[in-house]
Amino acid sequence: MILIWLIIIPFLGGIIAWYSDRLNTALPRWISLIALTFDFALLLALWFKPGIVLPPAGNLVQGSTMWLAELDRSWVPQLGISLHLAMDGLSLLLVLLTVFLGITAVASSWTEIQDRVGFFHLNLMWVLAGIIGVFLAMDLFIFYFFWELMLIPMYFLIALWGHENRFYAAVKFFIFTQVSGLLLLIAILGLYFIHARNTGVYTFDYLQLLGTYMQPATEFWLMLGFLIAFAVKLPVVPVHTWLPEAHTEAPTAGSVILAGLLLKTGAYGLLRFTIPLFPRAAFEFAPIAFVLAVIGILYGAVLAFAQTDLKRLVAYTSISHMGFVLLGIFAWNETALQGAVMQIICHGVATGALFILVGALQERIHTREMGRMGGLWATAPRIGGVALFFALASLGLPGLGNFIGEFLVLLGSFRVNIAAASVAAVGLIAATVYALWIIQRVFHGPNTFNWRMPDFRGREMIIMAAMIIVIVWLGLYPQPVFNKAGQALGNLQRSVDIIEIAKPRLSRAGDTRRGLSLFTDEAKRSRRIGTVPGVPMEAVNGR
Amino acid sequence: MASVPVEYGLILAGILFILGLLGVLVRRNIIFILLSIEVMLNSAGLAFIAAGYRWGQPDGQIMFFFILAMAATEVAVGLALALQFYNKTRTLDTDAASRMRG
Amino acid sequence: MIMFKLLWLIPALPFAGFIILALTGSRLTRTRTAVIGAGSAGLSMVITILTGIRFIGSPPPGNAYVQVLWTWMSVGGFRPEIAFRLDALSLAMITVVTAVGFLIHLYSSEFMAGDEGYSRFFAYMNLFVGSMLTLVLADNLLLLYLGWEGVGLCSYLLIGFWYKDTYNGYAARKAFVVTRIGDTAMGIGLFLLFTVLGTLQIQELMQRALQQWGSGNVMAGAAAALLLGGALGKSAQLPLQTWLPDAMAGPTPVSALIHAATMVTAGVYLIARTHVLFSLAPLVQAAVAVIGAVTLLIAGFSALTQSDIKRVLAYSTISQIGYMFLALGVGAWSAAIFHFMTHAFFKALLFLGAGVVILGLHNEHNMFKMGGLRKQLPLTFWTFLIGAASLSALPLVTAGYYSKDLILYSAWASEAGSPLLWAAGLAGALLTALYTFRMVFLVFFGEEKTRVERKPGMQIKIPLIILAVLSIIGGFVETPASLGGLHIFTKFMYTALPPVVNLPLPATGEFILEIEAALAPPIGIFIAYLFFLYRPRYTGRLASTPSGSALHRFWFSGWGFDWIYDRIIVRPFLWFARIDKNDFLDLPYLGTIWAGKGVNRLLVHTQTGKVRWYAVGIVIGAILALSAMVFL
Repeated sequence: MILIWLIIIPFLGGIIAWYSDRLNTALPRWISLIALTFDFALLLALWFKPGIVLPPAGNLVQGSTMWLAELDRSWVPQLGISLHLAMDGLSLLLVLLTVFLGITAVASSWTEIQDRVGFFHLNLMWVLAGIIGVFLAMDLFIFYFFWELMLIPMYFLIALWGHENRFYAAVKFFIFTQVSGLLLLIAILGLYFIHARNTGVYTFDYLQLLGTYMQPATEFWLMLGFLIAFAVKLPVVPVHTWLPEAHTEAPTAGSVILAGLLLKTGAYGLLRFTIPLFPRAAFEFAPIAFVLAVIGILYGAVLAFAQTDLKRLVAYTSISHMGFVLLGIFAWNETALQGAVMQIICHGVATGALFILVGALQERIHTREMGRMGGLWATAPRIGGVALFFALASLGLPGLGNFIGEFLVLLGSFRVNIAAASVAAVGLIAATVYALWIIQRVFHGPNTFNWRMPDFRGREMIIMAAMIIVIVWLGLYPQPVFNKAGQALGNLQRSVDIIEIAKPRLSRAGDTRRGLSLFTDEAKRSRRIGTVPGVPMEAVNGR
Repeated sequence: MASVPVEYGLILAGILFILGLLGVLVRRNIIFILLSIEVMLNSAGLAFIAAGYRWGQPDGQIMFFFILAMAATEVAVGLALALQFYNKTRTLDTDAASRMRG
Repeated sequence: MIMFKLLWLIPALPFAGFIILALTGSRLTRTRTAVIGAGSAGLSMVITILTGIRFIGSPPPGNAYVQVLWTWMSVGGFRPEIAFRLDALSLAMITVVTAVGFLIHLYSSEFMAGDEGYSRFFAYMNLFVGSMLTLVLADNLLLLYLGWEGVGLCSYLLIGFWYKDTYNGYAARKAFVVTRIGDTAMGIGLFLLFTVLGTLQIQELMQRALQQWGSGNVMAGAAAALLLGGALGKSAQLPLQTWLPDAMAGPTPVSALIHAATMVTAGVYLIARTHVLFSLAPLVQAAVAVIGAVTLLIAGFSALTQSDIKRVLAYSTISQIGYMFLALGVGAWSAAIFHFMTHAFFKALLFLGAGVVILGLHNEHNMFKMGGLRKQLPLTFWTFLIGAASLSALPLVTAGYYSKDLILYSAWASEAGSPLLWAAGLAGALLTALYTFRMVFLVFFGEEKTRVERKPGMQIKIPLIILAVLSIIGGFVETPASLGGLHIFTKFMYTALPPVVNLPLPATGEFILEIEAALAPPIGIFIAYLFFLYRPRYTGRLASTPSGSALHRFWFSGWGFDWIYDRIIVRPFLWFARIDKNDFLDLPYLGTIWAGKGVNRLLVHTQTGKVRWYAVGIVIGAILALSAMVFL
């Protein structure tokens, strides 16, 4: 039941916040903050919940043993729709990230939003509820429901509280995600009917749909439907152009949630659905995914450098960073996957912080144009120091969390595809160029426009300190996160292994994943292949 | 009773329909347009009657009742619209109501 | 053992200093800031010295002590630890880093006294010392990489310390980006090493490399070449040397500490640390030697033409690190570390002396506007002279002589050596003496051109004196056979690094080599005297001939490397960024929008707003539909 509460609390909190607007405009903020804090406490309870012994090698199809918490109620039995929510380590981390960034988003828009405060918080809380739902849903119908649910409040956040060009950005965002969402719907229905034709059981349940047998061509098209929906959200390069607009025009809280969380739903979808549901098609697609990821990393970084609008610059860095996530997910070995998860979390925090910084600057000097800035360090050293910190996190300085993510992704994908990993590593140089460019244009150099502005104070310093602590902690001792995620990732990997064994058709994807023949021994040794019940080890290795 | 061939009825209905249609297309006065629509509806009703007579079935007459009821409501709504229209524009010329031009 | 247990404090203390200074901002008084800044480095030095005494007095088993603090992460067989390793190599490095680091902190407390960013300066300096110590003490390559990037960051922060000047920011970014190019190569090297050998723990890695790879193995070559890339960037060697001269934009103590004594030699340390890989890849190792030899010559010629005193020293640093690379390339690992040590002493001394001059002359860097300063700044003059003599490797009395002589000897006599490398080194020694004394003559001799406004105080004088003493006696721990044949330093190093393999050479041969090596510096000094003190007008005339001035410009600009990189990398990048600011890939979507709008503009004409037109439309549609039903 705790899972449904995780969603209901922000949902109700939003409604109450909306109504409380009439009493006092400060009230919605406090209500949202309290609701999210409560959610956060629930999550911490789950994190530290004693007595949960994570099963060493849960048979995925048996289900229930692999979850930290689960809720499975039949909803529309005729259509096989059930309210199936479940949480494993991966979901826990992502929901934790959601609530954490939600709190920072509320706190960072404390003074920025003065107009329709209640309705703003309604939208904010509903987006968060939708995102939490996406991370918890184990029924594809419910998943799709939440997937679309988070879209509409986000649209309003951009369209109502955004900047100059907000309607264009909001509509563009909506169309991109909506069209790709429809592809997802078609693919879900396709999978649903194929499964029903195979087994006679109509169900949207994720665990039951795993391992559905289908023709390779069908599998490929369905996989593409899932992939495109998630690739648009991630975003992958040719379908990324909604992102700079939406991030730039959204209010600070909107940008934080977009960059920190909405993009992550795409990554999560790839991890949880695309590859486990269609492993062979996905691995056949892997080489293309690598190319797209590498292009994204480099192209995003170069375009980030090209921007003169600070917020747009930060937006483009997301494209670059999410390229690493794509690379890690398709490399599909433990190192790379853990790296991708770490990158998801750290990018969420670091980029969220950068957007908050940009918001704070805009609130103070009413411009995002870097040509109008310069020399701000002298007047606001704390903002400068914090910005420097997150710029360094963004360029992947060792000792900070983002480095761990990028390093592990590259380390893991190097085993699979040397060229992709090596070229992707060049992205680190490009990241240096744009990150230092921010510092130079905004904080260093002469203060040409004689800006005088108040430095960060209490509320803002608390937000920033929390985010800095998270990044440093993840950079120096990331093991707790790896432990939480490891179980979930292991299960996902195993589910793919089981599927591949169950269908003895040899696929080329195995080669891609196994890596170059050069390293085959090493790859075998380091890949986690659990003993699958009833399947002899030779079958696992000798595929 | 000398029976009238069904074709006559249908031809009459056709003529009436075309007259009504031309009225709708040609007249600009909203009252006349409503009248013309009325004529078209009645021509359709006539066609139903004729056909029902031909097959010896009551369905045609039933349909005519439907049309009758619909025509009545249509007149009621149409006249109300016409009144409103006149109040807004001080004319009965439908071409004056072109605010929806793209 | 209790002393060794404190090992973690050595890097932790400067980090703690950094955190305190960063959190308090500029709220502390200057004295307290200096006490925290210099004090943390000083405490670190004290612990280092005590540990060193303990280490030499009763070495731990295996001549190495490893302290594991915690497991950084454990993912899919990848299990790097936060662990420090103390052995002869790292001990030598941390001793130099903390000692020179502390002296420069002390110097800075006076040098930076008037600066508004006083606490920021010490915070960055402490962060640097901590990162450098982490780099040196790291037991695995990932932690080393952390320190490696950390020092790069501090280098960036400190070059751009006076951030209000846009040029400083440019120089800082250039330094960071150019070294990051090397770092990325090194990063890929780490991926390769881990993928093939399954660990990044350095000792384990070296053992596995020995077991799994034979000499000349392709993998070993690739790994060594990639690590070399990192070393080239950090140590400003060909072809990534261009950032160092610009890095002189930072405050002078920074140049002394980071861009002369410690950070830039990290590449040397890295290669010495992973020497097994380089031994397994003779081709790459030969490349190290050749790069070193070429760099030392190129940088030497460039140093000869500079007018900015700090740029002379910068090129000189590149050149001296070239010597260290030459030593590494011929397998004389200990000689490289020995030269690193003496170089740290005399180059830091020279920079600090130059700092006094610059500070005294209101931030004047141009040597041609200086002159005759020996009377106004006597202590600075004498210490600078000692440093210059040591840099020029003046025989017998200077530390630089013993280390450089060892390198030259190894370049000839080592298995991997060759007369050509030796000749390059010898020519370099001549050049070194030439440009060094050109600087000394221009700055301290000749007519007085300016008044010195600010005389150094005790906090500046003490480091100068100590470093001057070290620049003389620092070399007496290692002398050639003809001068007593002391081998204290190399013997100590042999507990961590293999000895150089020399070809048998008759004793007379060694003696002749030494004579030649000893003769080069005095000759260089004499030429410098002729050209720049005795008859400076000849030099001017020589430089104003067409070919002379062309050569001068070519050397002055650092052999045109900047120009080439600007054309083939920087400009295309900027060009692409400029034309693609609005993202080509958005065009298809914009195209869809335009197409939609166009169709809309066409169809909008049908929307007349006239009811009768719509009725006509319905009629036509009905007729069409009916005829379709009837006729089709």
